[in-house]
Formats: sequence, structure tokens, C-alpha cells
Amino acid sequence: MAGPLSVGTIAAVCLVTLGLSVFALRWARRTSDFYVAGRVVSPRRNAAAIGGEYLSAASFLGVAGLIYDQGVDALWYPIGYTVGYLVLLVLVAAPLRRSGAYTLPDFAEARLESRAVRHLCSVLAVLIGWLYLIPQFQGAAFTLRLVTGAPLWVGAFVVLVVVVLAVAAGGMRSITLVQAVQYWLKLSALAIPAGMILAVWWVTQGPTPEVGVGWTQPFTGRAPEEHHLYRTLSLVVGLALGTTGLPHVVVRYYTNPDGTAARRTTVHVLALLGLFYVFTIVYGVLGRAYLPVLDAGVRADTVVLRLPAEVVPGLGSDVLTAALAGGAFAAFLSTSSGLAVAVTGVLNQDVLRPLLGRVTAGDHSEVTGFRLAAVVAVVVPYAVSRFFPEVPLAAFVTLAFVVAASTFFPLLALGVWWSRLSVHGAAAGLVTGAVLATGSLVASVVLGPGSGWPAALLAHPAAWTVPTAVLTAVVVSLATPHGIPRTATRTLVRLHTPEEITSR
Amino acid sequence: MTSRAPRSAPTQRVRVTSSRRGASAPRRRTATSALVEQTEVGELYLRGLLRAQLRLALAVLGVVATTLLGLPLLFAAVPATRELHLGPLPFPWLVLGVLLYPAMIAAAAVYSRQAERTERRFADIVTQER
Repeated sequence: MAGPLSVGTIAAVCLVTLGLSVFALRWARRTSDFYVAGRVVSPRRNAAAIGGEYLSAASFLGVAGLIYDQGVDALWYPIGYTVGYLVLLVLVAAPLRRSGAYTLPDFAEARLESRAVRHLCSVLAVLIGWLYLIPQFQGAAFTLRLVTGAPLWVGAFVVLVVVVLAVAAGGMRSITLVQAVQYWLKLSALAIPAGMILAVWWVTQGPTPEVGVGWTQPFTGRAPEEHHLYRTLSLVVGLALGTTGLPHVVVRYYTNPDGTAARRTTVHVLALLGLFYVFTIVYGVLGRAYLPVLDAGVRADTVVLRLPAEVVPGLGSDVLTAALAGGAFAAFLSTSSGLAVAVTGVLNQDVLRPLLGRVTAGDHSEVTGFRLAAVVAVVVPYAVSRFFPEVPLAAFVTLAFVVAASTFFPLLALGVWWSRLSVHGAAAGLVTGAVLATGSLVASVVLGPGSGWPAALLAHPAAWTVPTAVLTAVVVSLATPHGIPRTATRTLVRLHTPEEITSR
Repeated sequence: MTSRAPRSAPTQRVRVTSSRRGASAPRRRTATSALVEQTEVGELYLRGLLRAQLRLALAVLGVVATTLLGLPLLFAAVPATRELHLGPLPFPWLVLGVLLYPAMIAAAAVYSRQAERTERRFADIVTQER
């Protein structure tokens, strides 16, 4: 396929990412600069940065792949990825910013004043981050193999190296700038080829998808025993509530100057995501038209990268494929660096800093700890991704969403709005949600796909794990009123009071 | 901590350290924030603000949930809607693929403006009280 040209764009994307990070190193003088981008980011740029970070392998390749595979029923994935920000806006955007928390564990500690809950949150944030990183590495692996024939480990390794260097070199400040650029890069890389492919299809009177009713009409593609309606409802619940609890999303809210800016940022994010996802549909539908069947063993996730060669002849297809491969790598790199920064922050604050402090008796620089944490944060999921079975990308990230929705969503929603949340209640909710969500996902992977209620409930558990977790947190809180932090009311006041009052 | 040491004992050094964790510098208390955080009137206002914001949030969430969970139920319950066409375009694709996105953006914009308005009204009341 379009080897040399694609390698060129992938290399360019990697070099630009690294270059911007190193360039920003000049400003990253103090530790606080590493984390918070100095809080001088405007809503517009911050929204582009959030979009740039959020649109991962699952969005760039996976959504089109699932639409190719399942048709209209897969449209719920991008809707879920987008509506998550509406839930986040309405429930936590402004209060989260006002809490001054940088990571989810920070929020838990500020709200509940409990080191134990903080540690629990740290474990969960790292788990969710790693779960989300694995499909990024897998996407990079098969993308590079597709365009160059390189072995699978190479693509993932390229992402690993670039991310570690970028994060360790520049920290958050560079990442904000890089991510904002990445959004526009990704949008152009997806939208311009989509426009050209559509134009060629129109002019040449290209084929229309020859598909059955199961592909074009909702809920007709599967057997009734699969309980497709339940699966869809549960999927929407998991994606809509999960976004709020993703570690790399929360970190971004710290860079807003105040609560109002946090809200405005989120409105922009919704617009940017909607704009992006509409284009993925083009690839899914025209992919069906031009590639009626894929060979055995070929991932549907590759349909975005395969489409140009089928539609546009000669050099044109090479150029378009190269643009898409570059955009896909932008997606892997930006999401991975965002996740790496979030996981690094947690690992550094809660594991490495205390550990280094003990080993060196306080005689280490904080930046060393941050850089060491960055390496750990990325190498572990890379290693795991080598052994994980192949799952469609968009379905894989859903696992991370479900765990986030079952653990951090109850903590944030109740923490922001309910003053009677007790330390015990929060901990019980987190543990219940984590055990149920990870347990059912592991069971579903071990047992494999099946039909009937047990399979449906295990494969899409959000519809029952999230309510159970919320209920556990509420009931235990009501039973342990002594566990309500003394400052609960005051904290709640601070979360909801506009800055113009507190700073006057 | 005692402010005065007994006269006979030698003056002992007292280590004074902050127990604060986290990076934020201590905020200076102002008259307005004291009113808000400490007086009964302030507390009453705040409870009102909280309730107004929660009501707004739940209203928006209610609309979103009804739409997003209602559409699958509609397609499942009324099979005719699955093959409905609006012009040349199939209704499910049009709604799920395109129309829901501007609707979500509009909901976000309306919420954001309304929440800001509630906060501004609250700020006005509090400053007048001063």
C-alpha cells in the first residue's frame, strides 16, 4: 500500500508532537508549570485541547469500523461519547473547577478529607487510564502494519517512545498546546479525505451499500435472545456517565480559569466532537459500498485506512491514505499523552513521591519523580497490550467508560450535590462499583460472546452497576452519619459559589 | 498551643509548621465571602442557589435521558419507525447520525447560559446585602 508517503506523515506527526513539547520545555520551569499550564488557557483553546485529547483510536478508526460492521446500531457509540460531555457539563464542570482539584484523587481528598478514599481513587484512576491506553497501542500497531508491513510491536513502540519523551519533556503546558493542534490536525485528516471520497463517489456514480435490513434498520440485525435493546440502553448509560469519570478528562478542567470558563469550554467541546463524528459515518457507509466483504482476519477497524485505495485511483489514494494514517497517529499520540499525563500525575503524587522521599531522604528533584512516573505510566499498558486479545477499538474503550461510570461518576455526582455523603459511603460505593464492573467485564471476556440474559448483563453491565454503586454510597452514607466530613457544607458552598463573590 | 510560657521555665522553642497539603496559597478572607460562608443569611442564599442549580441540572438531564433512552424504545416498540423515510433519507440514520448532535449542543448552550444567569442573580443579591 501507500508505504513511503504514509511513513512520512506518521514521522512528521511524531516529530511535530515532540518538537512542540520540547519547545514548551523552555517555559516549564517550576513543578506547577509541569502540571497546570499556568491556568492561562482560553475556553476555545482548552476545548480544542479536550477534543484533541479525547478523539482517540476508537473515534478515528473504531467508530467507522463499527458502523461498517453493524450499521445503524453502531451510531450509538459516537452519540454516547458526545453526550458524556453534556452530563459532565450539567453535573460537575463548574464545581469541579472550583474544587481546585487536579486529579480525581485530589477531588476525593478535598471533598472527603480522607487519605484512604484518596488511595482508592488513585488505584482506580490508574486502572482506568491503563485500560484506555491498551487500545491506543493496538491501534498504532495495526495501523503501522497496514501501511508499511512492519511487525505489530513496532507501531505501539513508536507511540510509547514519543509519549514518554513528550510528557517527560514538557508536562501539561506543552500538552495543552499540542492537544489543541492535534484536534484540528485530526479533523482535517478525517474531513478532507472524506470530502474527496464523497466527491469521487458522487461524480463516478459510485456503488451504494448492498446490505440487509439488519444493517440499515435499528434492532433488526441480531437474534432476539441477544437482548439488543437492553445492550443499547446500557451502552448509552455507560458512555454518557463514564466520560465524567475519565482521569484524562478531569485533569483538563484544571486549566480553565474559573467555573464559568469550564462551562463554556464544555459547550465548545460538544460542538467540536459532533463536527468530528459526522465524518466518521461517511467512512462506515462508503466502506460498506466499496468493500462489501473483508478478508478473514482483517479488522473492521482498518476500513478508514483501506477506503481511499478502493475509491480514488493512483497517487491520489496514496496521498489520502497517508493523510489518514497521519491523522490516526495524531489520535493515538494525543490520547495516549493525555492519559499518560493523568496516570503520571497520580503515580507521581501517590506512589513515587513518597517512595523517592523515603529512599533518598527528600534529596531528589520533583521533576525526576514526574519523569520516572511517566515511564511507568506508559510501559505497563504497552506490555499488557502485547498480550491482549483483539477487540474492536470502539468496544474496547467502552470497558474503561463502564468502570469510570460505576466508580467515579457516583463519587463526583454525589460529592458535588449531596452534603451528607460520608467517607464510608463514598468508599463503599467505589468498591462496589469497581468490583461489579471489573468482575462482569472479566467474566464476559472469559466466557466469550453468548446469548441470553446473563451474557447481555455481563457484556453491558453499566445499566445495573451504576445504580447499584450510587445506591450503596447513599445507603451506607445514611447509616454512617458520623463519617460525614465536618467541612462538608463549607466545601459544597465553595464548589457552587461563583468566583466573582469569593474573590471580591 | 499556649501563648505564654511559665515565668520560671526556660523559653522553649515551638516548632511551627503548616499542615496544609496541596499547592494553593491560603485565600484571603473578604467581607463578602465571610457573609456567604458564615452567616445564616448567607447560608440561606446558598441553599437557594444550590437548589436552583440542581433543579436546572435535573431538568436538562431529564430531557436528555428521555430523548436518548426513548429513541431505542421507540424503534423497538414501533417497528414502523425503523423504516420511516424523510425524503430520501432513512429516519433512524438522520436522527442518530446527524440531528442529535446540534440538539445536544443547543441543550448545552441553553444550560450554560441559564446557570450563569442564576449565579449572576445570586451575586447581585449578596452584594446588595453588604
